[in-house]
Amino acid sequence: MLNLIIDLILTYIGTVTFGVLINVPRRGLNLGGWIGALSFLAYRLCLMANLGIAFANLFGALIIGILSMQAARYKRMPVINFNIPAMVPFVPGGQAYQMIKNFALGNVSEAISFLLQVAVIAGSIAFGFLLAEMVNRVQARLMVRFSSRWSHENRHNPKL
Amino acid sequence: MTNDQGHLMIKTALHAGRIMIENGSEVARVSDTIRRIALNAGYPDSKVYVTITGIMMSVSGEENAQIEPVTTRSIDLEKITQVNDLSRHFAAHKITLAEFDQRLTDLDRHPRYFPVWLQLVSAGLVSGTLEVVFRGNYPDFLVSCIIGLIGWGVFYEVNRLAKVRFLSEFLAAAVIGILAILTVKYHLGTSADDIIIGSVMPLVPGVPLTNAVRDILAGDLVSGIARGMEALMSAIAIGSGIAMILQAV
Repeated sequence: MLNLIIDLILTYIGTVTFGVLINVPRRGLNLGGWIGALSFLAYRLCLMANLGIAFANLFGALIIGILSMQAARYKRMPVINFNIPAMVPFVPGGQAYQMIKNFALGNVSEAISFLLQVAVIAGSIAFGFLLAEMVNRVQARLMVRFSSRWSHENRHNPKL
Repeated sequence: MTNDQGHLMIKTALHAGRIMIENGSEVARVSDTIRRIALNAGYPDSKVYVTITGIMMSVSGEENAQIEPVTTRSIDLEKITQVNDLSRHFAAHKITLAEFDQRLTDLDRHPRYFPVWLQLVSAGLVSGTLEVVFRGNYPDFLVSCIIGLIGWGVFYEVNRLAKVRFLSEFLAAAVIGILAILTVKYHLGTSADDIIIGSVMPLVPGVPLTNAVRDILAGDLVSGIARGMEALMSAIAIGSGIAMILQAV
């Protein structure tokens, strides 16, 4: 439990500092960190419930996508300011490194098994983002239908 | 509407689009922004074709289309946000088209980066924190921070001198590999694997990777694949830098 809390704090710091590296505007840094920590919590809870690494990554990416869109609407900033830093704790760095190491040392069969793990994780994250995009679009459609301010602002948007 | 107005509109819209692509925006956002600028300037019927190496735009009823090549590429989300804000101001009629173009030129000329020391400290913190999150190796936290900081310093300097992103990633990864192995050899760190995993995290091509996925999902296949290649090249550069050191030891 203590480990989980420490990991969440570290994830928050890691997300915010990665935001500094890609020059996210100052007013968006804090919110991006919260999104990173919350989605990482969801990911860890999925792993604790033994749902498997693919589902955990997919669910984490889904949370990132949905929360980033809310943050982007709230702060009126492009959504990439939030979802790129938040995605960093999900990067399969360990597996990618083991793959490189095993290729370099000539253990090709082990390297390929790590390569497949990297592919599974990357694919789950991509599909998580895809699902989040769908949720966001459905939400936008509902908002346009039920809110007069929204339907006024988006009257020229061909996607809705 | 005079013809001059149309020319200024296309020029401004292409300028905004070029800044956004240069600094790592996805293609769908750029074409959306350009279309909105045209709409708010009184041209509801514009045709835009955006790829990550160039933008073409024409307005129905005007004679000429214009082309804007995009040659340099870097990562700066602040600029994308600023262009977005300017576009919103323009839509709300707070600034005119000429002011918009002037502000874009200013934005292009005076980038607002975080100071270098803050970037270095951040790179160190990214390395240390993610090393602990991924591997749970608390004793190596500080070593990872310092090596990550040095790695980012190498990346930053080589990027400034040579302006080839892949080369600077390769060299930074090689330096990280050497330092990690040396620290373990002299008993300053416990696991070279964990230190390397943490220290290369600041170099991860997060922006091209995310944009590649978003572009492909949005149907911009040409740009998506090009971005994917960019991300893959970065990953290969980092990987071969590390692999070279691991083989040499």
